[in-house]
Amino acid sequence: MSPERAGVAPGRAVQALRAGRRWVPRPRATFPWTAPPVPRGVEVPAQPRKVGADFETEWARSDAARFARALLLEGPLRLGVQALARPEVHGRDRLADLRAVRPVTPVIFAANHHSHLDTPLLLTALPEPWRHRTVVGAAADYFFGTRVTGTLSALALNAIPIERTRVNRRSADLAGSLVDDGWSLLIFPEGGRSPDGWGQPFRGGAAFLSVRTGAPVIPVHIEGTGAILGKGMNRPKRGRAVVTFGAPLRPDAGEDARRFTVRIERAVNALGDESSSDWWTARQRAARQESPVLSGPDLGSWRRAWALGDSRGRGLRRRPARPRWPDLG
Amino acid sequence: MPRPGFVLEVDRSTPPTLFHHGEGFRLERLPTGSRVVYPPEPLAPLRDIDAAIRHALLHPIDSDPLPALLFPGMKLTIAFDDVSLPLPKMRRPDVRQRIIEAVLDMAAEAGVDDVHLIAALALHRRMTEAELRHAVGDRVYDAFAPRGLLYNHDAEDPDGMAFLGSTPHGEEVEINRRAAESDLLVYVNINMVSMDGGWKSTATGLASYRSLRHHHNVHTLQHSRSMMDQERSALHSSNWRMGKVLRDHGPKVFQIETTLNNDTFSPPFDMLQKREWEWGVRDRATFLGMQAALHRTPRRVKRSIFHSMEAPHQVTSVQAGEVEAVHRITTANVYRQQLVEVEGQADVLTMGLPYICPYNVNSVMNPILVMCLGLGYFFNLYKGKPLVREGGVLIMSHPTPWEFHPVHHPSYIDFFEQVLAETTDPAEIEQRFEKSYAEDEWYRHLYRTSYAYHGVHPFYMWYWGSHGLQHLGRVIVLGGDPKAVRRLGFMPASTLDDALEMASDVVGRHPRITHFHAPPLLMADVS
Repeated sequence: MSPERAGVAPGRAVQALRAGRRWVPRPRATFPWTAPPVPRGVEVPAQPRKVGADFETEWARSDAARFARALLLEGPLRLGVQALARPEVHGRDRLADLRAVRPVTPVIFAANHHSHLDTPLLLTALPEPWRHRTVVGAAADYFFGTRVTGTLSALALNAIPIERTRVNRRSADLAGSLVDDGWSLLIFPEGGRSPDGWGQPFRGGAAFLSVRTGAPVIPVHIEGTGAILGKGMNRPKRGRAVVTFGAPLRPDAGEDARRFTVRIERAVNALGDESSSDWWTARQRAARQESPVLSGPDLGSWRRAWALGDSRGRGLRRRPARPRWPDLG
Repeated sequence: MPRPGFVLEVDRSTPPTLFHHGEGFRLERLPTGSRVVYPPEPLAPLRDIDAAIRHALLHPIDSDPLPALLFPGMKLTIAFDDVSLPLPKMRRPDVRQRIIEAVLDMAAEAGVDDVHLIAALALHRRMTEAELRHAVGDRVYDAFAPRGLLYNHDAEDPDGMAFLGSTPHGEEVEINRRAAESDLLVYVNINMVSMDGGWKSTATGLASYRSLRHHHNVHTLQHSRSMMDQERSALHSSNWRMGKVLRDHGPKVFQIETTLNNDTFSPPFDMLQKREWEWGVRDRATFLGMQAALHRTPRRVKRSIFHSMEAPHQVTSVQAGEVEAVHRITTANVYRQQLVEVEGQADVLTMGLPYICPYNVNSVMNPILVMCLGLGYFFNLYKGKPLVREGGVLIMSHPTPWEFHPVHHPSYIDFFEQVLAETTDPAEIEQRFEKSYAEDEWYRHLYRTSYAYHGVHPFYMWYWGSHGLQHLGRVIVLGGDPKAVRRLGFMPASTLDDALEMASDVVGRHPRITHFHAPPLLMADVS
């Protein structure tokens, strides 16, 4: 039944259509409720964009944001990680002495990096008292490229922007001052996810901060996330991840950041060996300085892929294209 | 600064005294003039345990540093104390794990391949996987157990034992073959009481019935006054004689001993180690809530809860090197934590027995173990003279249910039903029954393949209390199952007043009463 027959007046849009006009809703809000229009001929100077390494994240460490993040971390993130990665966590006992110290000692977790899953996985695997008081060093150009991604990264992961393409004093100062304030730091010294399943050389950020602040570095090895959501994968695949925490490392007297970085990388290598074999075999190989390096053999790309083996490289394989009939025109 | 232990004289203003009572507690008002012996407060722990362990291994006492004893191609055996230590189990990481990892790190650096790890459990039950994991840690367990390189000592393996010789007293020394044939035996010990450690670690922990019967017998234990006092312990002397045989004919032993403080209960149950008049509002509320909950909880559930608790024990010392030199320092550290000076003996000694003793970890505290804990352990925690005079009365509080763990304690069931039904005299029991239980094939089978204590073990528990039985005029169990208590040869009482009334038959109407306020453990130095 039409509106006329029902005795109901047709709406404004219907009337406009009948009249052959485009119906345009009248703007309800004007300046100052909306952005002011720019007069013609006037050039507005560009505002500095507060993104990248300059993104402001202090709000994300407020009590309200921390509470929201705790809910997120212990709820959906933990469930998601559990469903995707069924994580196994080893080596927490190595942190028992540090955990017992009061006031809480801030630490720097330095982990290898395969996947976007690494951060939520580690945040859910961190023992108390650090789990809810850790900031994550995230690539400024990637996670803080826009205000939306920056806000989400800061809120959900407590991320801070770390410049990875050039030396940036602000990143280092921010991380250092946060450690001084009692925040722990999760950092991926490789600077980005593994492009081919093998690790990359460690950069000196974690060691530098440790030397500067005195905070111990906890080496962490992550295995299996590359196959779940490795670089280049569009969709995650369920799998099994293993997180192994190592014993705390401190810079020796007179040890500079460069040498300390080598030691941290060696510790993560040994944890990788421990994760793929067993502790005793790994210790024996470490004593002989024969721990397999996470960066893989120095070979051509196909041989590196070959050497990666089935389990670690599985996620990086392209799915075979669906067979199609040839196009005969 | 932790306060030392002390002796309180009860007056009208003294609050009721806490008695442990199995998986529960009692608050009892002791008569005016009674004395309560309180343990010292927990000593300050080592600040950096791993550094202390490394220092002990690199700077041992009367021995070369551990790395100097390790070489490629050698046979290395690491033996460690079993599930009976510490009590309650300590929070992870267990100190055994820390030490074993440090030793293995040095072994790896020295290129040692052939390593075995053995739980030195003598005739105790085998440790389960979970218990081994707790003691040595997941890393060590996963590296060694799947390859058969981490296992429980088997004292009944005919091919697994090696005879090393006899002492001048005719005591045969037979220990685990792998340990005996190793180039180096590293023993990892935890000392809870002064009886532990020293040569007892190897001469008892890795031994067989053939060896153990020479000191685990009524004569030795009745002449150990006490077994916790090394200078007056026949048990200690026998182990030390065996140690000499081990030193002359056995493997090189590198002994690593540790002591723990007596921090036994973690918050919110830490009021159990506070003096009653220092309980705050939170402590009292927790205690009342706990009591109300425990009264409504089935015993089985209570047992699971109590046995799942982990103690916040902290390490107070680590020393390594030559066995006897190391043990002298260890003993001094145990005394530093536990000794309390007490003047004079009492006519009546009271004590509350907790839910756990060395032989019922994750298991049932059966009546024989109640006797062993009260008369064997607590009664013997003295130096000089017992806390109670000869012919005095012991009142111990425990529910003493007629209940046994059928897997862990099969021979205990038969001992209770058959042996104690006939006699409770340790000497007669030893003479008439011990051999048949010790050599019973079924018990052997259960010990080797299941998780059962050896067939002879309940006898040793009874002998453990033989000095107490010989010394005391009467033993009264407060709140115990009357049938089970009578089977033990003791008297049941439902209230402390009743127990004191019963005691008055032996010690008169106005006895001197001393209460042994443990746990946390203490050792009375009675002058």
